[in-house]
Amino acid sequence: MSPAGRVPTSRAPEPSAGTEPGAEGEGRDARINDLALKIATVNGTGSASANGLLMQAIFRMGIPVTGKNVFPSNIQGLPTWYEIRVSGEGWTARSPEYDLIVAMNPATYARDIDEVQTGGWVLHDSSWPLARELRREDVTFLGVPLARMGSEHFHGSRTRILMKNVGYVGALSALLQVDRDVVRSLLEERFGEKKRALLDANFEAFDLGFEFAREHFDCPLPIRLSPMDATRDSVLIDGNTAAAIGCLYAGATVASWYPITPSTSLVQAFEAFANRYRKDPDTGKLRVAVIQAEDELAAAGMAIGAGWMGARSFTSTSGAGISLMSEFIGLAYYTEIPVVLFDIQRVGPSTGMPTRTQQGDILMVAYASHGDTKHIALFPADPKECFELAVAAFDLAERFQTPVFVVSDLDIGMNDWVVPRFEWDDDYRPDRGKVLTAEELEAGAVFHRYEDVDGDGIPWRTLPGVHPRGAFFTRGSGHDRYARYTEDAGPYTDVVDRLTRKHATAAAHVPAPVIARMPGATMGLLTIGGCDAACREAVHGLAERGVPLDYMRVRAFPFGEEVEAFLLEHPTTFIVEQNRDAQLHHLLLAETAVTKDRLASVRRYGGLPLSAVHVVEDVLGLLGEGGGNGDGAAASGGTVGAAAGARGGNGARAEGGRGSPGRSGSDGGSQGRGAGAPRNAAGPEGGDA
Amino acid sequence: MTYIEKPRVHHPALEKNELGLTRRDYEGRMSTLCAGCGHDSVTAAIIETFWKLSVPPHRVAKLSGIGCSAKTPTYFIQEAHGFNAVHGRMPSIVTGGNAANRDLVYIGISGDGDSLSIGLGQLCHAIRRNVDMLYVLENNGVYGLTKGQFSASADVGSRSKTGEVNRQRPIDPVLLALSLGASFVARSFSGDKAQLVPILEAGLRHRGLALVDVISPCVTFNDHEGSTKSYRYTREHEVVAVEADFVPLRREITAEYGPGDVREVPMHDGSVVRFRKVPAHYDPTDRDAAYAYVRERQEAGEVPTGLLHIDPTGQEMHEVLGTVETPLVDLPYEALCPGREKLSEIMAAFR
Repeated sequence: MSPAGRVPTSRAPEPSAGTEPGAEGEGRDARINDLALKIATVNGTGSASANGLLMQAIFRMGIPVTGKNVFPSNIQGLPTWYEIRVSGEGWTARSPEYDLIVAMNPATYARDIDEVQTGGWVLHDSSWPLARELRREDVTFLGVPLARMGSEHFHGSRTRILMKNVGYVGALSALLQVDRDVVRSLLEERFGEKKRALLDANFEAFDLGFEFAREHFDCPLPIRLSPMDATRDSVLIDGNTAAAIGCLYAGATVASWYPITPSTSLVQAFEAFANRYRKDPDTGKLRVAVIQAEDELAAAGMAIGAGWMGARSFTSTSGAGISLMSEFIGLAYYTEIPVVLFDIQRVGPSTGMPTRTQQGDILMVAYASHGDTKHIALFPADPKECFELAVAAFDLAERFQTPVFVVSDLDIGMNDWVVPRFEWDDDYRPDRGKVLTAEELEAGAVFHRYEDVDGDGIPWRTLPGVHPRGAFFTRGSGHDRYARYTEDAGPYTDVVDRLTRKHATAAAHVPAPVIARMPGATMGLLTIGGCDAACREAVHGLAERGVPLDYMRVRAFPFGEEVEAFLLEHPTTFIVEQNRDAQLHHLLLAETAVTKDRLASVRRYGGLPLSAVHVVEDVLGLLGEGGGNGDGAAASGGTVGAAAGARGGNGARAEGGRGSPGRSGSDGGSQGRGAGAPRNAAGPEGGDA
Repeated sequence: MTYIEKPRVHHPALEKNELGLTRRDYEGRMSTLCAGCGHDSVTAAIIETFWKLSVPPHRVAKLSGIGCSAKTPTYFIQEAHGFNAVHGRMPSIVTGGNAANRDLVYIGISGDGDSLSIGLGQLCHAIRRNVDMLYVLENNGVYGLTKGQFSASADVGSRSKTGEVNRQRPIDPVLLALSLGASFVARSFSGDKAQLVPILEAGLRHRGLALVDVISPCVTFNDHEGSTKSYRYTREHEVVAVEADFVPLRREITAEYGPGDVREVPMHDGSVVRFRKVPAHYDPTDRDAAYAYVRERQEAGEVPTGLLHIDPTGQEMHEVLGTVETPLVDLPYEALCPGREKLSEIMAAFR
């Protein structure tokens, strides 16, 4: 037996919501349905499938669970991680406080083992001895000879590697009390009778790990699972798939795209759904055109061309693609052509970190393209909203005859989330906006393409080929309200001023912000998109620590009246976002009446999904060490200027009182034990995985 | 005044087409190009073509990019929907437009600046997709609106108005299209309406992308001694090498050529392109032969014109995509939304 295969030492009792006296342990306190684990593997070894299996099994046990795939821009060979957080209370944000690490990648042993919390566990492959210097006294090492078991029971190197992954799922299942029958039924669903040999191999590998753990360790661990009934009405789905379903249901017929991580799976999912649900039953032909373009420029052009014709069309890309599309976005804005653009944000600038998440495109989508341009942008917070806001985006695009962005991110788009089942109302009909029909034109309707007939800034349009009287010239060059070319100041400003009014009109029609009031709150916390889960949890945690905050999540630009009112109501509002330059903060300053002194900025932008721990830490840092004074933020000279990079413990708060957006550090993993020097207030460093 | 309206007064005796429309019904606004611009001759040929084929004006989508060429759609078919896209990106707008509504007639007008620099990728990919459209490339070797810079199609040794000599090799859209396997490749001269009109007619009827490169001299910046795309140079060096007639469907074939001189290529809709004066051993459906022939004549200092290559068997974009015959824009929403029950089915897969 390997030296690691010893009975785990007990973990210090830790009060938590899920704590109950150890039911079947030896009097230890167990933590039920409240744990975070991280699985470190090598990209391209099939571990994603095994990790997904584990996550899905927990979901099927009725327990709220979150999975974050932290993967490299690589096909095979580089380190990859998968984080699973189980929260019986239903918190869905990432947790960097790992109770257990599955260390399967020798290349990252040191950093992975370093990250587990004191009192935690390290599950590793004990086929080979673990280097002495990797040992820690404050954690328990659980050695499972996965490679050796694989070689003894399976043939072929590929199978052996794959089965090693299922093996650790088996061991974890015994350790954490994952329902074995649930895993078995999932494997049956996955492989079925058609792949009997594969199914049997998976069963065997799972059991090998499971039985080994049961024999050699004190199973279950104090951190463990217990079945619940909290996911019955939920689905486990990623945001890109959800958005694709939204496009399908909204009636989109033309999708043009160019592959780019992390948006690729959106159109691929759409195409798969369309092949199934958009096939003409008689001819087998498709009621959809999905075109893989030569680049993002063409993808945007095609979507705009289709929108011009009257189709519901969209493209999907990431920030780099939006940069390329910007010229066309300006054209669609100025010619007033509906089109939907999905921006699944990743880390910029430039190529940045293509497989990490960020909210770095907020300002870009608000004002994309040269000249005076302003767009409608929707910001879903989870896959369910990706579905709902995708539908809303098509309605808004046609109602306002303009490009509409749906701004998601890698975390929402590519990770599986537990969200309520999607609902559909069969009475829904698309809002096609102001389109004159052939009959209306025939009957002599007066048609001037860019005339504000109704006083809302939205003109009427016609579709090509419908009627001779509907013909006009669509042009990106200067035009008057009659769509005629112009170089004259008056007719030019007439049109662009109306575009401003149109954008203002949209503010009352875009999805309203989500507001949650906290009793006793005088300050606010405002965030956007994928920060929602972490912020809601942080607001809860802060209230428990005596810092009640009203909460708002904006869901769209232009901002509605509620957004401005919220900011003006609170002397201090923390703006939480995932980018370096406080883009949402700047957009709020530019587009509402709020003044700088009322806003404090909390930012994490190292590429990992936001965690409540970080938000709590930064908010408390801004309020002064320890927080809890409740009165505020105005602690330093009347302004809360800086989210200190104070986590290293020195309490320094850089640039306090300057009124500038604060600074913050990386969203690195837990600092582990003695993580070292105070973090530089200026930004991310180390520990980012 | 930044546009010029044309009076819409018709002489009652004007000749009418099958729709009862006169050529005037296919005109647009007054041209604001330079007097004598080759592009205006192309416009005239386009008007003649659409009139002859009796295309309903409002069923035409006319598009362009940016540049002098991009202005020309304004000058024909007033009742067509027009679209001025961004520089070189007209093909993607047509592609998306055609994907959404395959029933309209698409004509894209571009230029050498528009198509052979930033637009080169989109041109190539529109050819590759075989988008059903007539692609007219008004080629004058020069940037006119920015006052006379060389374009990518300027020939080596070509001299600009300021005396600068071009040393870079040109991109030849015809050779490019042939190398890409374009299904319809032609070259003509704006000063030769008799040749251009039948080519445009055939191009309009061709199912797939019909590329028509038209040498269209720039009278202001590139019509001088030393320019290889001047009226004089083209007149002196053009060889009408591959003459073709277009014979529309349901129309009597009246052309009188001996069977030995004529090759007929039937089109998808049953109309016919008749090649006459075809050089010996020249097979317009053989793209290698077409390529070799064009290169051979160019080496001899000639500009071979005519319908150089046609592949009537190629699949256009919709055939490849497998889309329904009904234009996507005409499908009712009920035919697009799977509905509530199906959503439950979809949701069940995400448990």
